[in-house]
Amino acid sequence: MHINSAVNLFPPSADFCPRGWPGRIDPFAPLAYAEGALQEGPQMTGKPTPPRSFQEIILRLMTYWGAKGCAVLQPYDMEVGAGTFHPATTLRALGAKPWAAAYVQPSRRPTDGRYGENPNRLQHYYQYQVLIKPSPPDMQDLYLGSLEAIGIDATLHDIRFVEDDWESPTLGAWGLGWEVWCDGMEVSQFTYFQQVGGHDCRPVSGELTYGLERLAMYVLGVDHVMDMPFNDPQSPIPLTYGDIFRQTEQEYSRWNFDQADTAMLLQHFEDAEAECGRILNAPGLDKAGRLIIMAHPAYDQCIKASHLFNLLDARGVISVTERQAYIGRVRALAKKCADAFVTTEAGHSHSDRAGAAA
Amino acid sequence: MPDLLLELFSEEIPARMQARAAADLKKLVTDGLVGAGLTYAGAGAFSTPRRLVLAVEGMLAASPTQREERKGPKADAPAAALQGFLRGLGIEDAAPVLALAGQPAGAHVHLAGVRVEIRDDKKGQVFFAVLQRPGRPAAEIVAEVVVQAISNFPWPKSMRWGESNLRWVRPLHSILCILHDEGGASVVPLTVDPLVAGSPVKGHHITAGNTTEGHRFMAPGRFPVSSFADYAAKLKRACVVLDPAEREAAIWHDATTQAFALGLEVVPDPALLAEVAGLVEWPVVLLGRIGAAFLDLPPEVLQTSMREHQKFFSVKNPRTGRIEGFVTVANRDTADQGATILAGNQKVLSARLSDAKFFWENDLRTVHAVGLVGMAAGLASVTFHNKLGSEADRITRIAALAREIAPLVGADPDLAEQAAKVAKADLQSAMVGEFPELQGTMGGYYARALGLPEPVAAACKAHYSPLGPSDDVPSDPVSVAVALADKIDTLTGFWAIDEKPTGSKDPFALRRAALGVVRLVLDNGLRFSVDRLFDVQVLRHQIGHTPAEPELLSRILSAAVADGMFGTTTRALIAETAALGWLPLLRDHDPGVSDDLRGFLHDRLKVYLKDQSIRHDIIDACLAMPDNCDLTLLVKRAQSLAAFLKTEDGANLLQGFKRANNILTQAEAKDGVEYSFGADIKYAETDEERALFAALDTAEKSIAPAMADEDFAAAMAALAGLRQPIDAFFDAVQVNSDKQVIRRNRLNLLHRIRAACAPVADLTRIEG
Repeated sequence: MHINSAVNLFPPSADFCPRGWPGRIDPFAPLAYAEGALQEGPQMTGKPTPPRSFQEIILRLMTYWGAKGCAVLQPYDMEVGAGTFHPATTLRALGAKPWAAAYVQPSRRPTDGRYGENPNRLQHYYQYQVLIKPSPPDMQDLYLGSLEAIGIDATLHDIRFVEDDWESPTLGAWGLGWEVWCDGMEVSQFTYFQQVGGHDCRPVSGELTYGLERLAMYVLGVDHVMDMPFNDPQSPIPLTYGDIFRQTEQEYSRWNFDQADTAMLLQHFEDAEAECGRILNAPGLDKAGRLIIMAHPAYDQCIKASHLFNLLDARGVISVTERQAYIGRVRALAKKCADAFVTTEAGHSHSDRAGAAA
Repeated sequence: MPDLLLELFSEEIPARMQARAAADLKKLVTDGLVGAGLTYAGAGAFSTPRRLVLAVEGMLAASPTQREERKGPKADAPAAALQGFLRGLGIEDAAPVLALAGQPAGAHVHLAGVRVEIRDDKKGQVFFAVLQRPGRPAAEIVAEVVVQAISNFPWPKSMRWGESNLRWVRPLHSILCILHDEGGASVVPLTVDPLVAGSPVKGHHITAGNTTEGHRFMAPGRFPVSSFADYAAKLKRACVVLDPAEREAAIWHDATTQAFALGLEVVPDPALLAEVAGLVEWPVVLLGRIGAAFLDLPPEVLQTSMREHQKFFSVKNPRTGRIEGFVTVANRDTADQGATILAGNQKVLSARLSDAKFFWENDLRTVHAVGLVGMAAGLASVTFHNKLGSEADRITRIAALAREIAPLVGADPDLAEQAAKVAKADLQSAMVGEFPELQGTMGGYYARALGLPEPVAAACKAHYSPLGPSDDVPSDPVSVAVALADKIDTLTGFWAIDEKPTGSKDPFALRRAALGVVRLVLDNGLRFSVDRLFDVQVLRHQIGHTPAEPELLSRILSAAVADGMFGTTTRALIAETAALGWLPLLRDHDPGVSDDLRGFLHDRLKVYLKDQSIRHDIIDACLAMPDNCDLTLLVKRAQSLAAFLKTEDGANLLQGFKRANNILTQAEAKDGVEYSFGADIKYAETDEERALFAALDTAEKSIAPAMADEDFAAAMAALAGLRQPIDAFFDAVQVNSDKQVIRRNRLNLLHRIRAACAPVADLTRIEG
């Protein structure tokens, strides 16, 4: 199996055949995982070995999508509610420039905190996110290959694509797709983005979101998230998910639900909103006369506002009617950031590739 | 006579859209074929999660030649008329045609592929154009029609993908399109090019071929097909059952057989069966048991959780009456006979039911600690509508009205008020937060857990009913009181703020609420004026939820329910009241809002009765009567009238009445007087007149008491006795006699016919 560089993904020639998405996996070829498989090498049975830990699943996804030509990015360094908020998805889904990225994104949903007691709910968890623009014709096969890579044997399991349209009211975004079921459990969201920040996506991006804890618990056969092995159970110092996160789940649950200073959060929300507008309203030319549209710094403020809203929501200080108004305010920021991004080099609507070929 | 096979192969189509899409494909393509002149013998459409399929049998091999004649101007018409006619045919030069004028009929020229000839007409010579369109081969027409169908497909929601400009429900991967007959099969040459014209990147188009794919996992790879029979057979070998009906039948057969073997029963659920059949190409039924820890959950919770989240069927143990198992339908066979799949599903279900059990126990703890009213406390911060206050305000209004309705429906006022106060408490429960469709059901469980009176517990669910024209209507008086109060509060609220339904827009489901009121009243035979209830609840909305002196207000409004807003008791209470903020609203009460709402209710009633085949004119005849705010009486009247008019006597009496009424109305209009002075038998000249006098005397004697007893059938039977004398009267007697005394007397006699019929219904509104 050969590793494709990101460059190979988008050959500039006009006779590029989309069915032959480069690096398409042979599901029965043995996979080698430099770090993932630890002691075990490639198997001769033709089936991938089952992973043994949470981190091995992440590493295998990284290896798989890297091999498929995605840029393996790192998490965005801000508090977000979902991997979609990473600018590598939200902003890069806009404009015509080809893009392929995969990354883990720590995500926070304050209202889902359960003090570490609920087997399936966490206020801080991880999503694995893949975004490819334009969506390749064999996106479904690529996705199924990733399940194979983490040890889900499609000959024994029942994998289904069940209608689930995605909409993010805070991002002004929507798409059509499915939730993917493995034996009745939702293991991923699969979406073809149609609009982001109020802009039509042209071309369309294919987006995959894996809920890592849930997926890993299923693959590893664990019933309580806190019991899940984080590193290999045979490591000199084996660590479970609970060893790492049980205490923080308690601490954040208390802060989210009881202690967060709502007056301060409200002020921060207003500040982020104001700063976002200010950044976007700044003149396009800087003091040296360079044209620099600050779409990303403005979008950071939008992300902040969104998370502050989630915190306020968890504190129960937002009424049903106010909720819609707050969501509308965040959406307005997201739209303004999208408006700005599509005027930048990374976001404009004619790709370099198209320009070169024309 | 070739057959057509078309398959549109895509990524997974939402289950709920498949049946409709197959029907749409059939209609679009067959309409297109027929429109182009290609008739066919039969057509069938099928769907699986990944394909829409159409088979058309016995098509013409080519469309027939079409001939069209157009009549043009007369030979001696102005030149401009001829030029205009020819231009419409694509002919610029009129001279060769003009040269035909005066030649014998049949003389002609061929221009731009059109034959123009001269013919003789009654009024002289006329130009005719004869256009011939040659037939076209089927393949050419099919290609056009299919491309059109794909481009204009009416998906409820469609999308773009990659760089494509085409829209489809999910990415479209391939098109199989062949025409086949005894001689073999050929691919219909067609291409769908999803790219924007002029786009620099080519290669994304889809060209039709003769191959398809089997099951995604069990039989990957493409294969060619040569006919529909070949296609269906090869698909089955490739683990795809093409026909959704066959998949449904297989699922239901296997599920019930497996359950039967274990002494269990599958709970029928046709909607779920259709959905599940749309999620699999190769259905494999697996039956599992629900963990013992969850068997005590209410069956509705088990069923809802399994159905909504997992698309499982519920399996009941007939010995215990409990839901003890589930059926899931997988999309493949496996080497372990589905053991891994079933174990996975079981695990997911356990996690789901653990949540449900947590909610159930949590809710029970809450209601034991603070009661249902305590659980409902949070509804104060839930907005019902920004002009109509919170859910809690709404509950307070409903409780007050339910108490007032109670005596009218035979319910205990205390129980009705209590039921209204707790019936919506479960909207704040964790379980209903997770499963909104369990609203009311959970409230019933929690009320019983608290030992509340059974009528109160039952009202939690029943007060939402009826939800449509055919579901069950509550009959327990407490449930009826709360259900009426709930719906009337909604209707009067939106009427008070002038948010009425318009056209197809009815965002607050007010038509449904009005139909609910109609059905509650009719099915329970309730007798009261809806206007009074409308009046008091409109006032509650106008006054707002924090009135001064609430008890005094409540006393006055209760009086208004019993006595009417303009009744003496109500007026006396209002007169005694000191100047309070709400006093002017009561004193100067405007019944206009209630009148308008009654009209809306009558419209719903008409629709409802029309469905029970009572004609709209019969309903109008009864609606015109003064006591039309008593719906039960109104319907009784309409039913009797409908039955009466179906009899021969009834139909003839109607004619007699109309004749009498027409003559009388014309005479009254002409003379400017009303002939209601009472006819005198002494001016009667004929036996027929005297017989009519006698018959009216008899009929009037029985009509009055029958009406007092609301015995419409008896009143109409008495009217039936008038039929023969009226007919005889009109046969023998000329009303408009030359003698004015006789004429006036006969008109006054006709008035007695009108008056005798008047209390029954307004017969002038009956058609025919």
